[in-house]
Amino acid sequence: MKKFVDLHLQPSIKDLTQMKKMVSLASELGYRMIGITLPPNVTRDTVKQLQSICNNVKTDLITRMDLSPKTPRELLHKLSRFRRKFEVISVICTSKAVARQAAKDRRVDLLSFPATSPRKRFFDHAEAELASKAFSSLEIDMAPLISSKSFSRIRLLSSLRKEVRIARKFSVPITISSGATNIHLIRGPYDYAAVASLFDMATPLALRALSETPLTIVQRNREKLSPNFVAPGIRLVRRKNCCPDA
Amino acid sequence: MSRRVRKRYLAFRVVSDQSISKRDVADAVWNAVLRLFGEYGTSQTNLALIEYDQEKSWGIIRCSHRAVEMVRASITSLTEINEKPVAIHVLGVYGTLKALRRKVSL
Repeated sequence: MKKFVDLHLQPSIKDLTQMKKMVSLASELGYRMIGITLPPNVTRDTVKQLQSICNNVKTDLITRMDLSPKTPRELLHKLSRFRRKFEVISVICTSKAVARQAAKDRRVDLLSFPATSPRKRFFDHAEAELASKAFSSLEIDMAPLISSKSFSRIRLLSSLRKEVRIARKFSVPITISSGATNIHLIRGPYDYAAVASLFDMATPLALRALSETPLTIVQRNREKLSPNFVAPGIRLVRRKNCCPDA
Repeated sequence: MSRRVRKRYLAFRVVSDQSISKRDVADAVWNAVLRLFGEYGTSQTNLALIEYDQEKSWGIIRCSHRAVEMVRASITSLTEINEKPVAIHVLGVYGTLKALRRKVSL
């Protein structure tokens, strides 16, 4: 059985009732790991509180931060500041320069593009080539697609179809997330897979984008953030003083 | 000789703050399919709302087996009925009503 992951829930941190509702609904729909966007100044107590809410419904909390820098320099500064504090880092690319910098930086996990303006979706061939080398993933939020209507939905579907085609060509992993801000925008993984068929994502690929791809990102980052991590492929197995015979 | 059209039954649950009538659900689902796939696409779905329990907010939709993904995508894209926010979750897709009633505890 697949382990489904929703990397992008956006409840209000202050409204714990709404948070509980969203997390329990996501768990009910089959998600075993939930990524919640947190503000940069989030306290440890708040994170612990969120973890206990998630544990109560047998889900795993993933701490996530959305960066929305205006310049590549600002992006680099924010990455060096927040990378080790959050398990998943997403960059909302609002300019081409930021998009290119985010695509080639290995510290960036997810590349997001504004859904409301198709001209700001900079995921083209050059971007895909950089992203495939840096193991960044293209994130597709479903909430804007579900909640949009008529021409905006047509334009968004058209952009997504093009981006999925490019991503597949350059083997860039795709992650499908809900991007939900309230319980009415959360759907089950198989429902999202059906919606993904609208922009030419076959069901197996869509299900992979909802399970294996985000799971790989989280596992990779958790390993990197663990105190035993030394470098890629090298980790601390045991310390000298813990083995008296050695 | 023409082949019999195979059917699929979708069990669904409506999440909303208010109670929604069967008529409203049927209209919303039809309009969602129509909006997303047009008249030609909708004509291929053989869509019908065959059961809806207003108290428990669940129902059963029948469609052609070739149109399951279309209907599922349309239902997923529904975000409001009568200008009130709703979400419709598909609980499962079955080949017979008997299998649906056996597997989905409604």
